[in-house]
Amino acid sequence: MSKKVSQPNGWTRRSVLKTGLGTAAMAGAPMFFVRNAHAFTNDPSSGSTVTLGFNVPQTGAYADEGADELRAYQLAVKHLNGEGDGGMMNTMQPSSLKGNGILGKKVEYVTGDTQTKSDAARASAKRMIEKDGAIMITGGSSSGVAVAVQSLCQEAGVIFMAGLTHSNDTTGKDRRKYGFRHFFNTEMSGAALGPVLESSFGNDRTAYHLTADYTWGWSQEGSIKKYTEALGWKTNAAVRTPLGAGDFSQYITPVLNSGADVLVLNHYGKDMVNSLTQAVQFGLRDKQVNGKDFQIVVPLFSRLMAQGAGENIKGIYGSTNWNWSLTDEGSQAFVKSFGAEYGFPPSQAAHTCYVQTLLYANAIEAAGTFNPCGVIEVLEGFKFDGMGNGATEYRAEDHQCFKDVLVVQGNESPSSQFDLLKIVEVTPRAKVEYSPTMEGYAGDLGECVA
Amino acid sequence: MDAIFLQTLNGLDKGGAYALIALGLTLVFGTLGVVNFAHGALFMLGAFCAVTFQKILTLSKKVKDESITFFDAYKEIPYLEIWFGDTGAAIIDWAVPLSILMAIPVMLLIGLIMERGLIQYFYKRTHAEQILVTFGLAIVIQEIIKSFFGANPIPTPAPDVIAGSANIGSWIGLSDSLVYPYWRMIYLLFALAVIGAVFAFLQFTTFGMVVRAGMADRETVALLGINVERRFTIVFGIAAIVAGLAGVMYTPILPPDYHIGMDFLVLSFVVVVVGGMGSLPGAVAAGFLLGILQSFASMNEVKSIFPGIDQIIIYLVAVVILLVRPRGLLGRKGVMED
Repeated sequence: MSKKVSQPNGWTRRSVLKTGLGTAAMAGAPMFFVRNAHAFTNDPSSGSTVTLGFNVPQTGAYADEGADELRAYQLAVKHLNGEGDGGMMNTMQPSSLKGNGILGKKVEYVTGDTQTKSDAARASAKRMIEKDGAIMITGGSSSGVAVAVQSLCQEAGVIFMAGLTHSNDTTGKDRRKYGFRHFFNTEMSGAALGPVLESSFGNDRTAYHLTADYTWGWSQEGSIKKYTEALGWKTNAAVRTPLGAGDFSQYITPVLNSGADVLVLNHYGKDMVNSLTQAVQFGLRDKQVNGKDFQIVVPLFSRLMAQGAGENIKGIYGSTNWNWSLTDEGSQAFVKSFGAEYGFPPSQAAHTCYVQTLLYANAIEAAGTFNPCGVIEVLEGFKFDGMGNGATEYRAEDHQCFKDVLVVQGNESPSSQFDLLKIVEVTPRAKVEYSPTMEGYAGDLGECVA
Repeated sequence: MDAIFLQTLNGLDKGGAYALIALGLTLVFGTLGVVNFAHGALFMLGAFCAVTFQKILTLSKKVKDESITFFDAYKEIPYLEIWFGDTGAAIIDWAVPLSILMAIPVMLLIGLIMERGLIQYFYKRTHAEQILVTFGLAIVIQEIIKSFFGANPIPTPAPDVIAGSANIGSWIGLSDSLVYPYWRMIYLLFALAVIGAVFAFLQFTTFGMVVRAGMADRETVALLGINVERRFTIVFGIAAIVAGLAGVMYTPILPPDYHIGMDFLVLSFVVVVVGGMGSLPGAVAAGFLLGILQSFASMNEVKSIFPGIDQIIIYLVAVVILLVRPRGLLGRKGVMED
């Protein structure tokens, strides 16, 4: 015989448990699921500090690049708090930055390790938002990661200032209201490289693409094909290679007899170092095909990767977002500040991360609020100069920065150990601009809801 | 025709590396009964012997870099070049082949320390525990290497005279466009030589005879009063040397990073299983077979019929072979079975 045991006030054991669990679940739920009940996520108004979340690859193939990004972020925090020589804060135009933190609050930061994996990157961004109270997430080195973290930030109502991410998708079909990218993209690389390839190699060329098999690789391949075919080049084949293939010899040997006279390596990082090294070993650069010298093109160059490829990089064309050898006032201020701190010049990844941090802080100062909607309003259409790329604009429609693009070539006779890339052309912004509703690029930003 | 010839060479080359790693894995598994997931780390350590040797040869004097005016930067001029001029530069150029001299004793020592210091305590444990501890060890070794050398690949070029490629097409009367890098040919010959040396050692020496007897029936050999354990420890050292040499010589083909061993390890396990657990000739045969199949699967003609086949071919072949011959290609009944 069973009997329901009830408390004097009518509560049963079961109902107490149910209510207790329900309350605990609500209390434990991430704040951003119920953010509409608050002004906005992680409002720092009541504290004396603000926390930024730096989400970079600290392990995995891009760890060295991540380390350089982190150095740049730390330098930016230093400058924002009024320490050091101020770097590009002195050259940025227009600037509302005062060197006393952000809106008078001292800037602090937390770091996360993306491991160059989308799930790990999302988990660390989530931790920084929920546990550490980060008001902004920034970082990069992979477009797959950037797209994943950007959409998490949109859900969380926290601004994402993308670091190194080059796929069109980041500000194309996957664009988000809370996401902003200063770095250039594959469309711009194609538009900038096209004319240089034409003047160096002519119109009668046949290209063979080796492409990293993920969002960035496809985007890069598409853009280079589009612009080279417009020149009259033919595309012999576009072969997808698994990310991190290591030995690319089985993909390179078919190039030898394909009839192609240009090899386009849509690879980045370790893959680029390996595929380029092996292509050179197979004698591709000494070959003559169709009566022309065989050429290799690496559309996205990075000085850190150029170091890995050693001698093989010499004479090869590519594009880059920024290079430390630029002589404008902003670049020089940044290189001087970074070099004095660390003993070597910054990479393009470090540059874009530093600029993004300053731009975000500046937007808050200009808006006079930490509210992301106010900050987004300032950043959309924001025009600035003195940050190393000349006059730049954050286009409101897709949150993509538009500025001049550098076409570079592996330096044949470097004047110093860091002088690995030579700037052969600065392609003006007007030549790399495109419609935000271009086919295959259009996307929906969504709304700011705070 | 040219393409098939080239892909065969590529496959043999890759197969050479697989075979060398699988050979060591099989030796350790056959003798000590340990599934050594740290074997890939030994390959990586071998590669980093070459990197370290190169670094030692290029120990440099720091000279202020006057070309950098923004901040104080320094460039490095190797002492060898300062002291011996062109001779010094030539020694640096030959760093990779010369590093074999360093790799042999270093890898033997690492192998012995690894076996005596950790692995010997896991002989009587389950395979799952052995896998966990050796996998953990591999991660520790990787992280140590990363903290010293960073995560980026480090260029370790072949000597200048053999850095280019040979026009083998004109040698054998095929088309002129048939070229193959000298170093890859050297790697293939080197792999064959090492494999030959290991087999000769096991076949023609008393030590090898005892090891083979121990692999077949450890208890009986021990009952005859032979210290099998000590010999097996030495076998572990030999396996470490073989993996290490495979790593040293692979550096000009693939600039090494801390993760290079893991990339080879999984494939090498498949090679061991396909070849037949405990079978040394099986490991070598399967290494070359899978290397060649992987190369052919990457040909555009094949990929146009079976998209993505290049990424799954090894596992597909493994499944088919294990279905048809559950003990692998050359695995024998009763060997490595309870």
